[in-house]
Amino acid sequence: MEVKIKKRKAKVTQADCVACGSCVKVCPKGAIRVYKGLYARVDEDLCIGCGRCAAECPAAIIEMEEVAS
Amino acid sequence: MKKHWYDYLWIFSATYLILGFFNILFAWLGMLCFMLPLLIAIFGGDKMYCNLFCGRGQLFSLLGKKLKLSANRKPPVFLHKKWFRYGFLAFFMVMFCQMLWVTYLVGSGARPLSQHVKLLWSIKLPWHWAYYGGVAPWVAQFSFGFYSVMLTSTVLGIITMALFRPRSWCVYCPMGTMTQLICQARKPKTKQ
Ligand code: SF4
Ligand code: SF4
Ligand code: SF4
Repeated sequence: MEVKIKKRKAKVTQADCVACGSCVKVCPKGAIRVYKGLYARVDEDLCIGCGRCAAECPAAIIEMEEVAS
Repeated sequence: MKKHWYDYLWIFSATYLILGFFNILFAWLGMLCFMLPLLIAIFGGDKMYCNLFCGRGQLFSLLGKKLKLSANRKPPVFLHKKWFRYGFLAFFMVMFCQMLWVTYLVGSGARPLSQHVKLLWSIKLPWHWAYYGGVAPWVAQFSFGFYSVMLTSTVLGIITMALFRPRSWCVYCPMGTMTQLICQARKPKTKQ
């Protein structure tokens, strides 16, 4: 049986982001940052898919997405 | 995660609210929470204030997470929609201008000083015990008005903290919306 390994990454709906930075404070990897006060951006190379930012975001606009590794 | 000095600014926010119960003139200190975010957004082009320094956001985090007072539910979708955030900002600004107008009226002698704190723009609470005189009436009136703004936003923030996620207030906080708008307005200039 073939097991496909998929990685989870955080994905921000930038149009809805309020740039509050709550996500930044809980990310253990420094993978999510607020870009110029506009919206949060995820560095997919650093993101370990822990989902903490998604649980923290007060606007609930971060989804955990599966991406092919 | 490593704690920084600015992670303790919630103490400032909490102290501020408490001081208002003892001497309303301390309300003027709240101007810092208005000027700093705007200045940082205008000259720095980012929301560093929200992202790092805001003690109020930290306070809601603390109440919601450490003290577990938050239901941690997803807030309704409209809360982060632009129409709601901009609408709330507009409403907030109108009420703020009205507060300034009352301050002006008291300053010009057209109105007597009202020693009340107005909660949620409607509930008048007697607050005379926190005022001892000694300043111009408009200085005192502004204190009552400004403290009303701060207390009202804290109460709203605590309600949404309890109902939804801890920092739900940050989604519709007028300061947060305003600083984001300033950053958006600055964006074209910084693009190559
Ligand atoms: S917590 Fe949510 S709304 Fe706030 S900056 Fe992060 S993604 Fe944006
Ligand atoms: S999923 Fe975890 S590692 Fe990835 S950005 Fe969110 S908090 Fe950081
Ligand atoms: S959105 Fe408002 S309460 Fe939240 S961090 Fe920014 S200024 Fe503070």
